[in-house]
Amino acid sequence: MDEEYDVIVLGTGLTECILSGLLSVEGKKVLHMDRNDYYGGESASLNLTQLYRKFRPNQEPPKELGADRDFNIDLIPKFMMANGELVNILTHTEVTRYLEFKQISGSFVYRDEKISKVPASEMEAVRSPLMGLFEKRRAKKFFEYMQNWREDDPSTHKGFDINTGTMAELYEKFSLEPGTQDFIGHAMALHLDESYLERYARESYERIILYFTSVARYGKSPYIYPLYGLGELPQGFARLSAIYGGTYMLDKKVDEIVYDASGRVIGVRSDDEIAKTKQVIGDPSYFPTKARKVGKVVRAICFLKSPIPNTDDADSVQLIIPQNQVNRKHGLVLAIVSTIVETDNPENEIEPGLKLLGPIVDKFVAVSDLEEPIEDGTKDNVFISRSYDATSHFGTVCDDVKDIYRRVTGKNLVLKQRAKTEDENTS
Amino acid sequence: MSNSNRQHPQAPGKLYQFKLVLLGEAAVGKSSLVLRFVKDQFDDYRESTIGAAFLTQTIHLDDNTTVKFEIWDTAGQERYKSLAPMYYRNANCAVVVYDITQASSLEKAKSWVKELQRQADPNIVIALAGNKTDLSSRRAIEREDAQAYAHDAGLLFFETSAKTAANVNELFTSIARKMPLDQLAPNSRLRGSLLNNKGVDLTNPPQNNNYCAC
Repeated sequence: MDEEYDVIVLGTGLTECILSGLLSVEGKKVLHMDRNDYYGGESASLNLTQLYRKFRPNQEPPKELGADRDFNIDLIPKFMMANGELVNILTHTEVTRYLEFKQISGSFVYRDEKISKVPASEMEAVRSPLMGLFEKRRAKKFFEYMQNWREDDPSTHKGFDINTGTMAELYEKFSLEPGTQDFIGHAMALHLDESYLERYARESYERIILYFTSVARYGKSPYIYPLYGLGELPQGFARLSAIYGGTYMLDKKVDEIVYDASGRVIGVRSDDEIAKTKQVIGDPSYFPTKARKVGKVVRAICFLKSPIPNTDDADSVQLIIPQNQVNRKHGLVLAIVSTIVETDNPENEIEPGLKLLGPIVDKFVAVSDLEEPIEDGTKDNVFISRSYDATSHFGTVCDDVKDIYRRVTGKNLVLKQRAKTEDENTS
Repeated sequence: MSNSNRQHPQAPGKLYQFKLVLLGEAAVGKSSLVLRFVKDQFDDYRESTIGAAFLTQTIHLDDNTTVKFEIWDTAGQERYKSLAPMYYRNANCAVVVYDITQASSLEKAKSWVKELQRQADPNIVIALAGNKTDLSSRRAIEREDAQAYAHDAGLLFFETSAKTAANVNELFTSIARKMPLDQLAPNSRLRGSLLNNKGVDLTNPPQNNNYCAC
């Protein structure tokens, strides 16, 4: 490790691994370290032994649960939008070659104490119990407006400017009921709270279009998921980095970030070894004095004996309960309930979500800080990622990747758009 | 996912595809063995592999049976014990390599075998390869010792030389023969056979030619 690198990356979360991969491919000499003996940091998928070590260090996992290799338990609940930026990054880097994906069978929304499937097609929308007959017509008009909208064709704007009008005004234009607004805003545009209503409609327009185009890709739902858990994603990008010369050290203590007199980073120390570097990238846990807390999120990982009665996406707390067939082993179902913490009793806040799961065999609850960097790295050449937030997919992670990439390299990340095949256009 | 109706011209019989992973201490010749097997090349001063995701090579076992190996190299991630579980995932076979001139490398190989037995598919076919027989004057590990271990652990065993090509094809062919072909549906790519209908292909198969229609 006593060598000189262009970049040292600390932590093997998804953000760090994507950056490590992109930089190695460009010819940068990268050293990638993690204090854990597994890949993925906060975005890892753990086996049973690792899960117990993290949550119940004094307890062995019960034998009847099965073998370690049968478990990939995600620490954060997120899906991939089938037409989202992460998919673009995966295909651009060809990390798709190492991974396999499945589609999530449905996206569900919790409303009026009932769970309903978010319609994935017009047919489903017509049958959906979420809206009354007249409301369905209004909603249909709204969706047609969204899909026909073209920047350069004012006739499609119908007298409304999405760049200057708010989402609340757009809903008003189509006379949509509050329940429909909830449904569009949270289950399709995937907003975390109500503040989007007062922002320009363009933001929600783009999110709704992402939702539509993602559903259109494989049907059923807009979501896809790595077959063996989210932890495959950082591992895939780490392999990409290694193939292009990146050096990997797991289970490696990071004792000190070393700076010169002017406060610029010059190396990373582990015991008595110092690796020299020009730049450091890492997750907030490696830089306690350089990141600040902006919130907390509580996540409960639950083992269930039987499938969840339904799948849920409660509106105001963005509670996501994926019934995850992929992780079902030995008749076990895995569910993760998460929400942004708003009170002093986080476990209470996820109670409504837990109730929907049916009988819970075992439950692992963690409250994590959401952190962000205090500075942008121009002064010290230290570039810190953001914690994984409570959003349901990887949009914000990709934004962070692109932002850090631009600050580290001084240029924008350009993803080659692959030529689409016939199959991709018809689905 | 085989959405192509193209015929596979070279394979009139059954085609089986397997994921094969390489393991072993750094510098025992893992990449060199693959390079010899896939491209019939050898380079004395080769550095660790850069830029290759994996290599493929086919073996025609007989007129009716072709085995295609998708060979994954460690990309150096073994050096600091940082191989990702993804590497072993769905591996159907493994070649664990040691260097006959380095006494410690066989012990290391044994620990990789244990790791495979712990992490990988229980039915994985494992071969032990004692590489660098061209340097037999510096031999530090007796053939009989390694062979006895391989026998006890139920592994295929070969001493090889990537440099002279000795036993390299024999090693891979014997793995191909040990694969439980009769229990498998041909033409299904084993890796991912679990998905078939459910899986999605983000790239909509570009150049992977595992769509043999037989």
